[in-house]
Amino acid sequence: MNRITRRFQALRRTGRKALIPYITAGDPRPELTVPMLHALVEAGADIIELGVPFSDPMADGPVIQQACERALAQGMSLRRVLDLVRDFRRTDGETPLVLMGYLNPIERMGYDAFVAGARDAGVDGVLTVDLPPEEAAELAGPLDAAGVAPIFLLAPTSSGERIRRIAQLARGYLYYVSLKGVTGSAALNVAEVADKLAAIRTHTDLPLGVGFGIKDPPTAAAIAEVADAVVVGSALVAKMGELADNPERMRREVAALLTAMRQALDRVRAPAALTD
Amino acid sequence: MRNKVDYSQFPDDTGHFGRYGGRFVAETLMEALHELNEAWRTYRNDPEFLVELDTDLARYVGRPTPLYHAERWSRRLGGAQIYLKREDLNHTGAHKINNTVGQALLAKRMGKTRLIAETGAGQHGVASATVAARLGMECVVYMGVEDIKRQALNVYRMRLLGATVQPVNAGSRTLKDALNEALRDWVANVDDTFYMIGTVAGPHPYPLMVREFQAVIGREAREQMLTDHGCLPDALVACVGGGSNAIGLFHPFLNDSEVAIYGVEAAGSGIETGRHAATLCAGQPGVLHGNRTYLLNDADGQIVETHSVSAGLDYPGVGPEHAWLKDIGRARYVAVTDEEALRGFHDLTRTEGIIPALESSHALAYVTKLAPTMRPDQRIVVNLSGRGDKDIYTVAALEGIQL
Ligand SMILES: Cc1ncc(COP(=O)(O)O)c(C=O)c1O
Repeated sequence: MNRITRRFQALRRTGRKALIPYITAGDPRPELTVPMLHALVEAGADIIELGVPFSDPMADGPVIQQACERALAQGMSLRRVLDLVRDFRRTDGETPLVLMGYLNPIERMGYDAFVAGARDAGVDGVLTVDLPPEEAAELAGPLDAAGVAPIFLLAPTSSGERIRRIAQLARGYLYYVSLKGVTGSAALNVAEVADKLAAIRTHTDLPLGVGFGIKDPPTAAAIAEVADAVVVGSALVAKMGELADNPERMRREVAALLTAMRQALDRVRAPAALTD
Repeated sequence: MRNKVDYSQFPDDTGHFGRYGGRFVAETLMEALHELNEAWRTYRNDPEFLVELDTDLARYVGRPTPLYHAERWSRRLGGAQIYLKREDLNHTGAHKINNTVGQALLAKRMGKTRLIAETGAGQHGVASATVAARLGMECVVYMGVEDIKRQALNVYRMRLLGATVQPVNAGSRTLKDALNEALRDWVANVDDTFYMIGTVAGPHPYPLMVREFQAVIGREAREQMLTDHGCLPDALVACVGGGSNAIGLFHPFLNDSEVAIYGVEAAGSGIETGRHAATLCAGQPGVLHGNRTYLLNDADGQIVETHSVSAGLDYPGVGPEHAWLKDIGRARYVAVTDEEALRGFHDLTRTEGIIPALESSHALAYVTKLAPTMRPDQRIVVNLSGRGDKDIYTVAALEGIQL
């Protein structure tokens, strides 16, 4: 069974919600990424989304755009991201890792080579931001066959028909974008998110993660009341950018922020725990 | 008997030209594209919409544009007769306004109150700001800071017209980054905002919709040739940045297999130097800005910076229909260098008294190679996509003259 599914089952048994940090691979420096991944696990990450830097990240706000630029300036590439995953797996065989990025680097590598490379490196899921379900069959099928979960976004504007279609292709979890905007946008509306998640649940049993715009522990806790997983990206990446010159302090402060989110989440108990 | 492709049937319902085109955007944009596509399908054949569009094109843009026989230049080149499709005579000085007039009418019918656009050279930005002023709509134009520096005149024109020019500081700080930023704006403001893409790129339905608005160029040229000479031209030539002026000229002739078609890309300092924007001549298929097409990217799939003396051709992608036409061999794509384009610029200026845009000068430069290989009774139609006033500073600077 895929590590992602196993992880969600374990969380459900203990009545906890998943905390999913996002960082961009190679930011601020390639050699800091694997230690940072381990630090995130230690601080309470259940799953990690590892961004594959792209020159034209059209769904990302300035924080993650700049992280991509920093990483690319250091020569980061899809190939090297797979190397980093392999490196991480040498000492962590448990934590699910999801690659998040854009399609063109995968097109250039070739779908077959990418799927095999991701599987062999120990990648558990792939979220390709600019690959909607209409165009996804050629990549999602082989990923799934290789045991790597194709992960998809849902938006506030996604119709019921689209949700059903996406849920059919998706594995692992569904990633609900909490607002109309790019990563790192301003405040999200918790009540709206709750309503939309309830509607999505009528179409699928997959766990639902929520991301875009979750910056602090109180928001994370509020979202955890209604979602199965909380994704935190720009808030962490912004800190990494600010403290790029001081890796020790960077690791400490990013871990501290994630720990605070972990504690906020753990005050929220999943209803499943009461009934299981 | 050979199975002939009916080019009028492309793209298919999902926006594909063979393997190219499609819709490669984040889920956050899919509903907006669906809404746009529905509106487009509703109005593209709506008689009232078409009458309003034709009226605007006639009274506001100044269409039809002449098809001008460049006799002296033809004689000088000593081959085929050259006809210039005078898109430079449109209001605002280029073909770009054919598209913005059309998209603005659609925006109005969709009840949108805010227009956004990306621009490189500033021509599409000016054409967008122009229609926004006329309709009393708010207009935000995204432009890379590198281009803002290179195109001060057009930046000022946009501001005069009441548009906000929003500098883009990401990536290579040029057109491709402006397009990313406009898409980001659109995602956040889909309810009241209409995104006017300036070329036949982007996700479906943009490559189709922009082509249809630009195809007035080819429809007129075809009719003008038939009226004046009773026959079709032997060859068509147009420059290709994103590809809108080219597809606008080409499309109405695609089913006329006897008409040879040439798209001319920017070879910059020369393709072999790596400093160019010749996407079809030197790129590979990939995915950028919502569609699958040829791209200039490195071995890791990162989009690379392009170089051309003409800002309007400085784009690392190209419309997906051109990618398809290249692969199936219906059109040929070639490239000319900055130097050749500048020679074309001066040639036309001195020989015919017409100062062409540097973009269009690429098409002219190719004509200087093509015409002498043809007979004097053969005819070439070349798209003079814009006038060169905007480029005077660039040309002067290259000659060491400060204006
Ligand atoms: C005069 C002129 N011609 C051509 C172009 C290139 O665009 P396209 O290839 O979409 O026609 C531009 C773009 O700014 C332009 O201003």
